[in-house]
Amino acid sequence: MTRPHAMLELDPAVVRRARALARKAAAPVVKIARSHTTVSVERATLRLAGLAGADHERVPWVNHLVTAVRDEVGLEHGVTTPVYDALLRGEAPDLTTLAQKAASGNVSFRLPTGREATVARRAAAKGVGAGLRTIDRSRATRDRLIKRHGDPKTKPWIYLIVATGDIYEDIPQAQAAAREGADIIAVIRSTGQSLLDYVPEGATREGFAGTYATQENFRLMRAALDDVSKELGRYVRLTNYASGLCMPEIAALAGMERLDMMLNDSMYGILFRDINPIRTFVDQRFSRQVHARAGIIINTGEDNYLTTADAVEAAHTVTVSQLLNERFAKEAGLEDWQLGLGHAFEINPEIPDSFRMELAHAMLARQLFPDAPLKWMPPTKHMTGDVFRGYLLDGFFNLVGAMTGQGILLVGMMTEAVVTPFLSDRDLALQNVRYVMNAARGLTEDFHPPRDGYIQTRARQVLSEAVDLLDRIVTDTDAAGDAPLLAAIADGTFGLMKRPATGGKGLDGVSERADDYDNPATTALDAWTPPAKGAGR
Amino acid sequence: MSAAKQQPAQAAATAAAAQGSVIRPYGDTTGDGMVQMSFTLPLPHDKKAEGAALQLARKMGLDPALLVHAKAMGPDFTFFVVYGSSTHLVNLDDVHVVEREYPLLSAKDANLTIKKQLRRKLVVVGACIGTDAHTVGIDAILNIKGFAGEKGLEYYREIKVVNLGAQVLVPELVARARDEKADAVLVSQVVTQKDAHIHNTTQMSAAFREAYPAGQVPILIAGGPRFEDGSERALGVDRIFGRGTTPGEVASYLVHEIGLRKGKKP
Repeated sequence: MTRPHAMLELDPAVVRRARALARKAAAPVVKIARSHTTVSVERATLRLAGLAGADHERVPWVNHLVTAVRDEVGLEHGVTTPVYDALLRGEAPDLTTLAQKAASGNVSFRLPTGREATVARRAAAKGVGAGLRTIDRSRATRDRLIKRHGDPKTKPWIYLIVATGDIYEDIPQAQAAAREGADIIAVIRSTGQSLLDYVPEGATREGFAGTYATQENFRLMRAALDDVSKELGRYVRLTNYASGLCMPEIAALAGMERLDMMLNDSMYGILFRDINPIRTFVDQRFSRQVHARAGIIINTGEDNYLTTADAVEAAHTVTVSQLLNERFAKEAGLEDWQLGLGHAFEINPEIPDSFRMELAHAMLARQLFPDAPLKWMPPTKHMTGDVFRGYLLDGFFNLVGAMTGQGILLVGMMTEAVVTPFLSDRDLALQNVRYVMNAARGLTEDFHPPRDGYIQTRARQVLSEAVDLLDRIVTDTDAAGDAPLLAAIADGTFGLMKRPATGGKGLDGVSERADDYDNPATTALDAWTPPAKGAGR
Repeated sequence: MSAAKQQPAQAAATAAAAQGSVIRPYGDTTGDGMVQMSFTLPLPHDKKAEGAALQLARKMGLDPALLVHAKAMGPDFTFFVVYGSSTHLVNLDDVHVVEREYPLLSAKDANLTIKKQLRRKLVVVGACIGTDAHTVGIDAILNIKGFAGEKGLEYYREIKVVNLGAQVLVPELVARARDEKADAVLVSQVVTQKDAHIHNTTQMSAAFREAYPAGQVPILIAGGPRFEDGSERALGVDRIFGRGTTPGEVASYLVHEIGLRKGKKP
């Protein structure tokens, strides 16, 4: 990555203030996340303990077991203590049998006390520890394979999407895309999976505009990409989505199955999917802790702000979201190299100086987060169906990517908003990227915007608007006395959506932790620290 | 053309056609019929593949066909760009189009029209009814995230969206629609067994007709991939939307229908 020098000459005091405000906005929300649990956090914990599979109606056993425990002793103590207590009492020989018996109402759960509680907790820690060790082993395997096959030779890494709905169609497409030059394959999820309160099971062949994220699909695709990595002599990364109501479970499965990147935004589900804010922040902290430990790079979703609002007027909301995402990520243990903070090329090409503004915004992100592999997202909103014009627009998008040293470049398709890309569309798109990168990558050396010129001024303006917005957020209040960030989300500060902390999907799956709450996964994750520099990745 | 030159009567007809009802594509000269196309064949790039591309172009009516670009895409595919003169004519008299009875509006225009017509927000209540737990369709139309690059109805400032989610019982839907003073009710039926989508929908529309005075039933819309085109009357709903419907189409329809209903009332 080309390290930008002080190309924009931002005032370091303003940058410090922006980060301080983000920290202040995040703190009360982190406190809420640390004092609550959710059904999905508890299910993720059971998945780490090795409980997998589903009944004949494809309801996962983790859902059955968490529901049963919740009905009898509540969620607030954590499910593992009553679950392992039941195992120790001989209710069932293993977790799967216990879940099966629980599903038919043939087990009674209790909250053990005293020595029995200690023994149950110890057994739970041992069970869940196995899953955490699987995650550690996956991380080590990734490190070893990267060492063997190598990272892509140049940056940005080329990110391509497959989405057929059928995992067995996705696999050859993903392998073909890797051979054509993709460094990262993202498997788009089926529309609406984010709103399912369970993770589907097994290999799936039917989806809506995407393929279901399941443990088996993860495993199949990772194995296929391992084959092609070996063939190409370059480690090809796999991406999926840790978002929606099952964010913690998907994160746990991704960690165990060695996915390499996960889309994971701090507020996307709240704003764009109407998922309850508390649910989201609790789930998100757990999933980010898992990602941190798994060595997974997260991708945040700032592009979404620009597709719903004007990309010039709302430019600063991207910066604010990046700062909040950074803060929440750091708090959860993620390191700079794991922060694929998002931004996008979405300014209306009809307006004058649109390219200069895109450049200014992209440089601002680059300079604010010098060590993060920023994720640069292509135009979608102003792709009209005129594929020729779209191809040119994608070329300019690639040029900004080349000039600003982006870490991850999602390849723009001229068929955006028309059809799912043809084989030839993908080939043309990659030619576009290769031409621009070959021709202009070196521009990062030559190109320095003049002092106080258009680009510097625009970047400073966006940063100062971002600071103003953060200022408003940390002083926001509501009648319920919520955390200021929650109040801000409730009154429509982000996007156009008002999302009160008491509304949205999944609120009924949230519980405040009791004093005796125990979850060996969160305990271990809270205590975990990243490996020393050099030993990582 | 050469034959036409020899026969005056036909020549006159052709001349009339040139400016009248028969048309050909235009490259850079009137009547040249030139078109450009690109496609991929599942063949390695060699002479044979190029021959196959030209043959395809001729069968598609390009004569002469000019292969201007061929490029291998991996070992098994070749990409072609072909220019050529189309031998087909289009007689405009034979072109019949079914116009959508309402214009497609941008979100901005839809908002403006609602504001003008209602002077309040348009209230839309949506749900998946019956046992259907697949909220894919209703969420694609209602959630701000939207579908096919278009934002959902939540995105419209002048539309208030109440999304009740999955497995909603009909009486519950009716009650909520009344509470919210819904202008429109959207129900989604994705998965169906033994025509469950039809039973559920007719049951729903009957319940609304029972609960509301005649002429005051909200606009009833059913959406899903299995509904038959034109079966609105049989189902008792005002409109059916099928696979691939975008939020913009639904919003435009709502605006149009509200306008019609406003017009009818004194």
